[in-house]
Amino acid sequence: MPAIFEPGFFTSSPVHVALVAGGAVAIVSAVIGVFTVMRGQSYAGHAFSDISVTGGSGSFLIGISPLWGFAGASVLAAAIMDLIGIRKPRGRDLATGIVRGAGLGLAALFLHWDTTQTSASGVTITVLFGSMFTIASSIVPVIVAFSLVSLGVAALLYRPLLLSTVSTDLAFARGIPVRLAGAAFLAAVAVAVSLSAMTIGAILSTALLVGPAATAMRLTSRPALAFAWSALISLAATWLGVLLAYDSFYWPPGQHGWPVSFFVVTLIFVFYLAAQPVASRRARAGRASAPAGGE
Amino acid sequence: MTDRPLAPAPQHPSHTQDAEAPPAEVLAVDGVSVRLAGREVLKDVRFSLRRGEFAGLIGSNGAGKTTLLRVILGLTHPVSGEIRVNGRPSNRHTRARGGAIGYVPQKILLDPDMPVRARDLVGLGLDGQRLGLPRPSRIRRERVDAMLAAVGAERFADARVGNLSGGEQQRIMIAHALISGPRLLLLDEPLANLDLRSEQEVVSLLARIAKEQQVAVLISAHEMNPLLPVMDRVVYLAAGRAASGPADEIVRTEVLSELYGHHVDVLHVHGRVIVVAGRGDAPHAPPTPGPEETARTW
Repeated sequence: MPAIFEPGFFTSSPVHVALVAGGAVAIVSAVIGVFTVMRGQSYAGHAFSDISVTGGSGSFLIGISPLWGFAGASVLAAAIMDLIGIRKPRGRDLATGIVRGAGLGLAALFLHWDTTQTSASGVTITVLFGSMFTIASSIVPVIVAFSLVSLGVAALLYRPLLLSTVSTDLAFARGIPVRLAGAAFLAAVAVAVSLSAMTIGAILSTALLVGPAATAMRLTSRPALAFAWSALISLAATWLGVLLAYDSFYWPPGQHGWPVSFFVVTLIFVFYLAAQPVASRRARAGRASAPAGGE
Repeated sequence: MTDRPLAPAPQHPSHTQDAEAPPAEVLAVDGVSVRLAGREVLKDVRFSLRRGEFAGLIGSNGAGKTTLLRVILGLTHPVSGEIRVNGRPSNRHTRARGGAIGYVPQKILLDPDMPVRARDLVGLGLDGQRLGLPRPSRIRRERVDAMLAAVGAERFADARVGNLSGGEQQRIMIAHALISGPRLLLLDEPLANLDLRSEQEVVSLLARIAKEQQVAVLISAHEMNPLLPVMDRVVYLAAGRAASGPADEIVRTEVLSELYGHHVDVLHVHGRVIVVAGRGDAPHAPPTPGPEETARTW
C-alpha cells in the first residue's frame, strides 16, 4: 500500500525547488490566464508557448539557463506581434500565426543542432515537457522575481485591463491608454508563459495558462474571485502533481518516476471536468433570475 | 415598421425650459468640421446643450452621428471648430480626467462567459481608469447600490452582464456612465435592437435622469419618434450639416429640405413624424441620395 507522502518528500531539495518554483509559476500563470481567456487571447498565449520552444532550444546551444531563452524569445515575439497589429480584430490571429510559424521554424533548426551537435541529451523532452525536479536551484530567485514582476503588472493594470476587456470603447471614453495597457499585458503573458515553460514545459504551458482560468470562470461571476479560484486551482494541481510524481518513483513496476508535467496537466483537466456540475447549476440559476426582456 | 404607442402630437413636443435663470451651458459645439479619409463627414456643425436638456441627435445611417459623438469625446479631432464641455475645450488631454462626460457606446457584445457582474461594470464607471487593485469600501458599495437603484437594476445587479437582455444591458451601461457624476451624457444608438417596451423604459429613464440630476443628455438615433415626447431639442444631421432647435421648429419641410439640399416632405401620421424624399406632387422621387428613396419613418 503506497503512502501519501513517500519517504524523503519533505527533505528532498529537488522537491523544495519544484514546490517553490512550481508554486510561484502556477499562481502567475493562473492570474495572467484569467485576463488572457477573458480577452480572447488564448491563441496568443499558445503562440508564446511554441515560441518558447525556440528560445529554450536555442539556450542549450549557447549554454545558458533555458529561462533566459524562453523569456527572451516570448517577449521578443510579443513585441513583433504588437508591431504587426495584434490589437486589431483581424490582425490578432494574423500576427499570432505569422510569428508562431517563424518561431517554430527556428525551433526545428535549434532542436536539430541540439541533438546532433551538442552532448545535451534529452533536450527536446526537457524543453517541450519540462522537468520540475531538475530546475537549477540557482535560477529559482530569478523565477520568483519574474513572477513578482508579472503579478505586479496584473495588479497595477487590474481595473483598466478589466474595463478594456469588457469594452475598448468604454475604456477609451475614460481616457485609458488601451493600446499601451494591451501591450504591457501581452508582455506579461509572454513572461508568464516562459515561466511555466520552465516548470511544466514549453509545449504544455498553455495548459497552465488557460485551464485553471477557464475552470475558475465557470465557478464564479465575481472577477476578483475568478482570479483567486484560478490561482488556487493552479497551485493545487502543481503541488499535487509534484507529490504524485515523487510518489510514482515507488509505484510498481518499478523505480522510474512518471513525468510531473503529466500529473499537473491531468489534474487541471480533472478540475475542469469537476467544475461542470457547479457551472450548470450556476447557469440555471442565472437564467431563472434574469428573464429575457425588460422589467 | 412595428406599431408603437402614439407619441403626443409632434407640433407640441414637451418643452420644459423655463424662462427664469437660464441654465448653464454644458456642451458647446462651435463650427465643427471633420474629414475622415478625405471625405467631409461634418461641415460647420454648431449647437449647444444646457443642464438638464434632453436632446436627440437624429440622422440616417452614415449621417455622421457617431463621428460627432467621438469628436465631443475627444477621440476624433476636427479640422476646424471647437468643442467645449463645461466651458473647457474637450480633447484627449481633458478626456484623461475621466468622468466629465458619460458615454454609452453603440451596442457592444458582452461575453456571457466573462465573470463580470452588472455591479462590477457599474463600479468600473467610478474608478475603472485608476491603477492598482480596488479597495472594497462601504462607501463605494453604497454608491454602486444607489446607482443600480436609480436605473432600476437591483434585480439583476449580481447577474453576469453578458447574460442580461438588451434593455437590462442598456440600464447597466447608463449606470456605468452616470456614476462618476458627469454633467453631459452621450449615448450612441441606445435604442437600437431593443424591443418596444425596453425602448420606452430606457427613454423615460433617460428623460427622468436629465431632469432629476440636471444632466444634459445627447442621444443619437436614426428613428426620432420614440424620443419626440420627451425631447427638448433635436440636432438633425443630414449631408454632414446640422440643424438644431426644438423639434417643432426643426422637423419641418422647409428646414429639412434646406438641410438635405433637396426637397423632402415632413408628414405627420397619427402623431408620428415621417420624413419622405421627393416632391409630394411628383410621381417619382428624384434620384438624388436623400433620406431614403422610398418612404420610411425616421
